[in-house]
Amino acid sequence: MNKESRHLQSAWGALPVAVFIAAWEIVGRFDLFPGQFFFPPFSAVLKEFYYLTADGVLGKNFTSSLVRVVIGLCSGSIAGIFVGVVMGWRRVINGALNPIISLLYPIPALGWLPLLMLWIGINEMLPITIIFICSFFPVVYNTATGIRNVDARYVRAAETLGASNMRILFKVIIPLALPNIFTGLRLEAGMSWRVLIAAEMVAIPTGIGALLMQAESLVRVDIVMVCLIVLSIMCLLFERIFAFMEKRMIGKWSNHA
Amino acid sequence: MPDIELVNMDRHICRNVNLKIMDREIFVVVGTTGAGKTTLLNVIAGVADYSGSVLIDGVNVDRVSPRKRGVGYLFQSLALFPHMTVESNIAFGLSAGGTEKSAADSRVTSLMEMMHIKHLAHRYPHTLSGGEKKRVALARSLAPSPQILLLDEPTASLDHQTAKYLRTELVSLLKELEMTTVYVTHDLREAEEIADRIALMSHGRIEQVSTPHDFFFNPRTEFVSEFVGMLNIIECTRSRVLTSGLVEVVSDEMTMVLPYDGGAIRKIAIPPDDIYISDVKPPGPALNRFTGKVEEISRYGSNVRVRVSIGKNKLLAELPSGAFDELSLQEGKDVHVVIKLRRLRYVES
Repeated sequence: MNKESRHLQSAWGALPVAVFIAAWEIVGRFDLFPGQFFFPPFSAVLKEFYYLTADGVLGKNFTSSLVRVVIGLCSGSIAGIFVGVVMGWRRVINGALNPIISLLYPIPALGWLPLLMLWIGINEMLPITIIFICSFFPVVYNTATGIRNVDARYVRAAETLGASNMRILFKVIIPLALPNIFTGLRLEAGMSWRVLIAAEMVAIPTGIGALLMQAESLVRVDIVMVCLIVLSIMCLLFERIFAFMEKRMIGKWSNHA
Repeated sequence: MPDIELVNMDRHICRNVNLKIMDREIFVVVGTTGAGKTTLLNVIAGVADYSGSVLIDGVNVDRVSPRKRGVGYLFQSLALFPHMTVESNIAFGLSAGGTEKSAADSRVTSLMEMMHIKHLAHRYPHTLSGGEKKRVALARSLAPSPQILLLDEPTASLDHQTAKYLRTELVSLLKELEMTTVYVTHDLREAEEIADRIALMSHGRIEQVSTPHDFFFNPRTEFVSEFVGMLNIIECTRSRVLTSGLVEVVSDEMTMVLPYDGGAIRKIAIPPDDIYISDVKPPGPALNRFTGKVEEISRYGSNVRVRVSIGKNKLLAELPSGAFDELSLQEGKDVHVVIKLRRLRYVES
């Protein structure tokens, strides 16, 4: 694809967004819904975004949420990859852990909230633990599946070339399982923001979720919309970060493994 | 270089296989699909469980892991690591064996030069052609300097020209390396070209182990005879050297010219699929062309076998059904017979 056609494709993709924003502006500005308070035009939302940013409210809440997501997602993913690798690599460990993982995996992350509020209390550890749980189980599942699905022929080839078990694991099996691992990470990167917002709305007094609830109680639809836009952008951004990492690390061969 | 011995080996379809492969020998295993050829290689490499014993250089290696058997294995699937470049694939066995980086680099470079793939060093396997992948896989299996080389259908799924080219290179490489080599193929002609000895496998059993010469002229069982397909062996009454590379031989009414590299000629073998039959006189010189009479026509799988008498000699020709249908052949009819020059074989007395 040449540069010109790439630009054309981007412009074509931006068109629906522009139409959506224009329609939003028109509906809000001409009060097509009863009461402007319930449906502010896009320009009013943008203005509120500026005010919230300027007085630091948005920045403070956003930073709280971001720190929680980064810590929870990183620790959950690292632990998930570790357990997933061990489960996928050793059948005995898989046999021991799989029943527990299978029982706990279907529980929605937010389902743990009441229990964790009692066990941990309402503090910074609560949303981090929720995000840890949210990312841990899917990453375990995807990693273990990826490791198990590595074609045995590659392992046999590595064995005949004299590689030790550890070398086979780190140089052959884990790299070949990366497409599966990244699938899990990409999905959970966005999901962790959704879970965090829900947790903050219910139980935590700071963060984007808490700001959302405060705005709702003051009937500030414009602030609610600012929060939702920030949430949407962060979900998308986190997914894209992992997609970018995936492309950089395994993009040259992943479709042909 | 070590020899290999299999004693009462059982695995899957393979039952009670006993086999001795000499050191520095190019031992070719032929057989149809599912005969157990790959299983045999897997057992020698130690990547499959088995019962019985495998001895390498007289030492029982049943409890020795594949990584310590000193075997280089070119898998039929090649199993090139898709996440590594050509260079990294070849270097894998060296770094796994603890070779120093500089020594490993120079070994990789020399192997790439030997296999004519240096220009592919930074490419990933999925970007390579079939022939290039085979070369990379071969270089990778040779990299750790194994004492035994196992090759599973190295020219399969390549076009005719590439396969022929690769085979020629492989033969000279194997002769140069003087490694104990077990080479699996389903192509008997390929086996004949490269083997010191050939083993024919069928349903997990070894039907015959012998030199290529004995294989074609002394098949010990009906199965071997059918597999070899060399059903036309005719006695020669006299021969005359024409040039250093050609000889004229006479058998009854037939006078044939064939490639020659010395010695007296006693018998000629002609594969049935190298005999062409035509109901009209074919154009061109009269070399290796005869007139005969159709004696018998029979179906043979998707082919048709036609027995033609030329004087006292009787030749069996095998034609694809499509080619046969285009001819109006019937028993008792006179036909023209063309024998493909390059496929004639002979036995020196």
